[in-house]
Amino acid sequence: MNTPACTDLTVLDLVPFGQTGGEARFFALRLERPQWADWKPGQFVMLRPAGWALDMLWARPFSICRISTRDLVIFFQVVGRGTARLAQLRTGDVVHVWGPLGNAFAMEPDTPTLMLAGGIGIAPFIGYAHTHPKPWNLWMDFGHRMPLGCYPFESINEKIMADSHHEEGPEDLSRFIETIGRRMREFRDQNGLVLACGPTPFLRTVRSFALEYGVRTQLSLETRMACGVGACLGCVCRTTEQWPDPAKAGGNVQTCTQGPVFWAEQVTFDDETAAPPTAADVPVQACER
Amino acid sequence: MIDMHVTLPGGLHPLTLNNPVMTASGTFGYGVEFTPYGDLTKLGGIVVKGLSLAPRRGNPMPRVAETPCGMLNAVGLQNDGVDYFVRTTLPKLPWREVPIVANLYACDPGEFGELAAVLAAEEGVAALEVNISCPNVKEGGVIFGQDPRQAAKVTEAVKMRAGSKPVIVKLSPNVTDIAHMARAVEDAGADVLSCINTLTGMGVDINTRKPLLANVVGGLSGPAIKPVALRCVWQVAKAVSIPVIGIGGITSAEDVLEFLLVGAHAVQVGTANFIRPDFVFRLVDELAALCERMGIEQWDDFRGTLKV
Ligand SMILES: Cc1cc2nc3c(=O)[nH]c(=O)nc-3n(C[C@H](O)[C@H](O)[C@H](O)COP(=O)(O)OP(=O)(O)OC[C@H]3O[C@@H](n4cnc5c(N)ncnc54)[C@H](O)[C@@H]3O)c2cc1C
Ligand SMILES: Cc1cc2nc3c(=O)[nH]c(=O)nc-3n(C[C@H](O)[C@H](O)[C@H](O)COP(=O)(O)O)c2cc1C
Ligand code: FES
Repeated sequence: MNTPACTDLTVLDLVPFGQTGGEARFFALRLERPQWADWKPGQFVMLRPAGWALDMLWARPFSICRISTRDLVIFFQVVGRGTARLAQLRTGDVVHVWGPLGNAFAMEPDTPTLMLAGGIGIAPFIGYAHTHPKPWNLWMDFGHRMPLGCYPFESINEKIMADSHHEEGPEDLSRFIETIGRRMREFRDQNGLVLACGPTPFLRTVRSFALEYGVRTQLSLETRMACGVGACLGCVCRTTEQWPDPAKAGGNVQTCTQGPVFWAEQVTFDDETAAPPTAADVPVQACER
Repeated sequence: MIDMHVTLPGGLHPLTLNNPVMTASGTFGYGVEFTPYGDLTKLGGIVVKGLSLAPRRGNPMPRVAETPCGMLNAVGLQNDGVDYFVRTTLPKLPWREVPIVANLYACDPGEFGELAAVLAAEEGVAALEVNISCPNVKEGGVIFGQDPRQAAKVTEAVKMRAGSKPVIVKLSPNVTDIAHMARAVEDAGADVLSCINTLTGMGVDINTRKPLLANVVGGLSGPAIKPVALRCVWQVAKAVSIPVIGIGGITSAEDVLEFLLVGAHAVQVGTANFIRPDFVFRLVDELAALCERMGIEQWDDFRGTLKV
């Protein structure tokens, strides 16, 4: 895996997405290009603006959407204190950035691959769709609660085949869950691969289907992260007996360095119940964290 | 130009650091996590994540929470166990160039002694740091570091099996009289003291009505605790004749000098490592530059010169 580095990058611009009045909550942040040798879709960066005072110590983790010859792009949603402050960045501001961090999604160009994204979990798939050598083997189902224009869905839809599912009520959600289940069975029948990123309740649903239907599935987990480098042990997830290193099977591993992408059968969600999920298990807000 | 080296006197083998800036246990992993971000041999010393005899899975999630100017943690001493560290991790560290300090965690004095014996046999371990902010399981869960008799017992148990390695005892601030604790462990044979560990604290969410940490209470660290840490180091340094390592909320070269001013020989940087992973490497450079600017030429001329 590529060696990460910590660098100071200048903000090129911050573009609000799909706003229909009111305060903007979705943004594409463009930073000057870091001098990294390489990166892979599914990897992430830690961001902390140089101008932040000591009242907020931690950086925040964000998936890499794209790195071009000119820029590094991330896409974020305002959900709390840190992201609200990131939304105040201006062109020319300096941000401490370390990355690329973590592992990456499996990329098997010839395998039919299903991408399941919930809300802002669409972010890592932008890079995936754009760097995949055979995008015609990709399909995406995207569940979202805010209007579609808030998300960079178009930039994916222009590359690959994708469906979006707007969740406005409980019926929409149960329909979305049904779709996910059906689609996962289809991809299993084609010996396909499933990749999922979104809020934890969404991932829990995908994981249960993965185990039930026996389809190769990877989940990109979200946890609170203080360091991003494996040092604080604040971001751990629980492994199952299937974890490759027997010493860590059934133990805790760092999401930031061992993940964020995990095979569905190798990790478990602590409070997981054995019963298959129903629409009631996944609140509507789930797809927006 | 100042010679950055510091020697912590005492013990059979005084501990010599490349400079006064060490990393604090639990905030710098085992050191290897930070090799992409800086040259480990630049540091004064590296204190690794707390080690126990057997591997520990640690506490349930969430384990960390950000608070104003600090953070809470209840990681619960998740670690690979001392054998894994000695066999797999230690050989990867540049221990000939930078002192590696093992941080010890155990549930009773006997276990502390066993841990010390394992680590004392390792050439790559420069010193032992004893975390006494943990409960004595055999004595009804009383925190070693809150009872001078218990703290002394642990110190003796470690000292007895530590061979020639200097023994650092890390004090808890969650006590009424930290100077009293300091004297108790000094009398029990500690070579060096480090202080402070985290302050107990908690955070809650009024919307979910849940605590921020699954463990409910945790340890507060970061700049929020610096004034408490400075006070502790000042009181301890006055009370004992062994060297003191200052810890708590350090985020700048000025902060380092503040701790030296109140009597510390060296410092450890903890939570600041999360501000950015190259933080402590840059701090070493900044400290040298600050000493140059302030005309400090010898640590001995500056240490403990607070005018009161
Ligand atoms: C590997 C990884 C990649 C991510 N990629 C993206 C991305 O591309 N775009 C994006 O918008 N967000 C992404 N996130 C989530 C993002 O890091 C959090 O939304 C952000 O840290 C919240 O910070 P805050 O200070 O605004 O929220 P806080 O004030 O800290 O918290 C507000 C709310 O958000 C929740 N929260 C805080 N941190 C996280 C977290 N890391 N994951 C989930 N919930 C959290 C809190 O529990 C709380 O409910 C990613 C997270 C991870 C771990
Ligand atoms: C996430 C985290 C884990 C810690 N783990 C340990 C540990 O294993 N052993 C120990 O003695 N201290 C541990 N500490 C305490 C620190 O070493 C240090 O004493 C404390 O954080 C105060 O310093 P700071 O304000 O610079 O962080 C930990 C602190 C944090 C934040
Ligand atoms: S974020 Fe610190 S260990 Fe993963």
